[in-house]
Amino acid sequence: MDTRVKAKKLGLRERYAAMTRGLHWDTTYQPMDKVFPYDTYEGIKIHDWSKWEDPFRLTMDAYWKYQSEKEKKLYAVIDAFAQNNGQLGVTDARYINALKLFIQGVTPLEYYASRGFAHLGRHFRGDGVRVACQLQAVDELRHFQTETHAISNYNKFFNGMHNPSHWFDNMWYLSVPKSFFEDAYSAGPFEFLTAVSFSFEYVLTNLLFVPFMSGAAHNGDLSTVTFGFSAQSDESRHMTLGIESIKFMLEQDPDNVPIVQRWVDKWFWRGYRLLTLVAMMQDYMLPKRVMSWKEAWEMYAESSGEALFKDLARYGIRKPAGWDDACEGKNHISHQSWNAFYGFCGAAAFHTWAPSTSELDWLTQKYPESFKKYYRPRLEHYAAEEAAGRRYYNQGLPQLCQTCQIPMFFTEPGQPRWIAYRETEHEGETFHFCSDHCQTIFENEPDKFVQSWLPVHQIFQGNCFKPDANPADPAFNPASAVLDYYQLNQGQDNAEFKGSPDDQNFQRWGGGQDPQEAQL
Amino acid sequence: MSNVFIAFQANEESRPVVDAIMADNPEAQVVYSPGLVKIDCPNRLVVRRESIEEQIGRSFDLQQIHINLVTLSGNIDEDDDSFTLSWKH
Repeated sequence: MDTRVKAKKLGLRERYAAMTRGLHWDTTYQPMDKVFPYDTYEGIKIHDWSKWEDPFRLTMDAYWKYQSEKEKKLYAVIDAFAQNNGQLGVTDARYINALKLFIQGVTPLEYYASRGFAHLGRHFRGDGVRVACQLQAVDELRHFQTETHAISNYNKFFNGMHNPSHWFDNMWYLSVPKSFFEDAYSAGPFEFLTAVSFSFEYVLTNLLFVPFMSGAAHNGDLSTVTFGFSAQSDESRHMTLGIESIKFMLEQDPDNVPIVQRWVDKWFWRGYRLLTLVAMMQDYMLPKRVMSWKEAWEMYAESSGEALFKDLARYGIRKPAGWDDACEGKNHISHQSWNAFYGFCGAAAFHTWAPSTSELDWLTQKYPESFKKYYRPRLEHYAAEEAAGRRYYNQGLPQLCQTCQIPMFFTEPGQPRWIAYRETEHEGETFHFCSDHCQTIFENEPDKFVQSWLPVHQIFQGNCFKPDANPADPAFNPASAVLDYYQLNQGQDNAEFKGSPDDQNFQRWGGGQDPQEAQL
Repeated sequence: MSNVFIAFQANEESRPVVDAIMADNPEAQVVYSPGLVKIDCPNRLVVRRESIEEQIGRSFDLQQIHINLVTLSGNIDEDDDSFTLSWKH
């Protein structure tokens, strides 16, 4: 009787070769340049696509196996959370506002990312990078879905989460993340990789998913920490795609170095500005604190960024142009943006509040150089005004930066009492910027950035009213008409937290942990 | 010299992986925060399949670490037996 010899299984390297390289062919009916029309016009020169390698060597079959395991774990937690009324176990209902910003401003980016990587997964002529992009396109769609599913439980109980797609396309502050991603995916495929995979995923994404998610865990939000870490387990692969793609471009041709450097400069700064929202979530919206934005920045951006750019120095790449200004900003940006949103939250689909005394003390301790001197007095003033029945709302519309679209509230590096203003002329028009770096980005691509859809300009031009709005009516209230156009439920979704329906409901349901403990 | 790091969800599946890393990398430092365990190590960190298998007493496919992996830094090299993070400077 013959003994069946068990075929030796392929090793990881052979399996990867068979499942990626083995699936590629060069076209013959049509020239390759016609089949892959987008991967040359940016000026990046690739001589040998076979030099690309995915160090994880993940193949589609293994991918499905591990992703399905992640999903099973995640949905078990989401189900248990909903079944046990987990939403009542979070520290306090102020925390929910961080989730509102997440579903409004982060989750839609996952969908954009999925579209972007699906495009790259089709259009690079290199098989290795194409497979990596295809896996990432599926990951990003998964993140969009899991975040939506996890947060949908909160949507049953709290305001400000019912209309994220419409808000993402229209609401003023959401033009910041939206324009960031539209800038990336309207660029060429190599710039998209540098923007999203390298600058955002590798250099900055830890700041969004790691300390903030750890904070979610600390605040009793089992559901969010689980979707956050489940998504972040894919990020490790995305980060690797980022660093490998940068090294690959730099190794292929020295002419690629200046092009990549300019993208790194641009996208580091774009990503850093986008993370202003996260800085504010980290310092102000987690009732129980894990670490400050400044500490997170030092741990995940400064120390690992220094190491990364030392490593890339051998290719002739230096740190991004905005690096020092970004590091200086760690003392300021969370406070400046919370201040802006405190004033403008009448027009936002989430609540803000003046922090409690113990929270002010924590911030004072975490920001010894800046908080007590520049930011605490203003917040105490707000609290006093509110206690006297005069809660402060900013009634005006802010000037926006033409590039990052954030209201002009950032200060001069090293001069935290002076708002930074920059301007440049282009074809007879004046354009305004929050910083040198946003100005440079504009000046490198003016024809792209003159097209920015700036929410404030759109409001003034009358493009943010419903078709039946009647400005001739004496009772016409333009601010209220804009909120109506945004499909924001006034008095529910917006304005001060204290006394809001969310606040009242949460108290009535007996939610929250021991208030003494929540003060820690 | 710079640190590389790797972080996992803090759970029972990660525990033997973390223990194996700590045994194989004498210079590694482990930090726990809510839900998360992060390991920093100067310049180079290696995860060895055999060491994990010793901890759990059964076979282990290194790619299983993807399930609980949260983040990492450094250049990656992976094969069937080990997973290495390193800086080249």
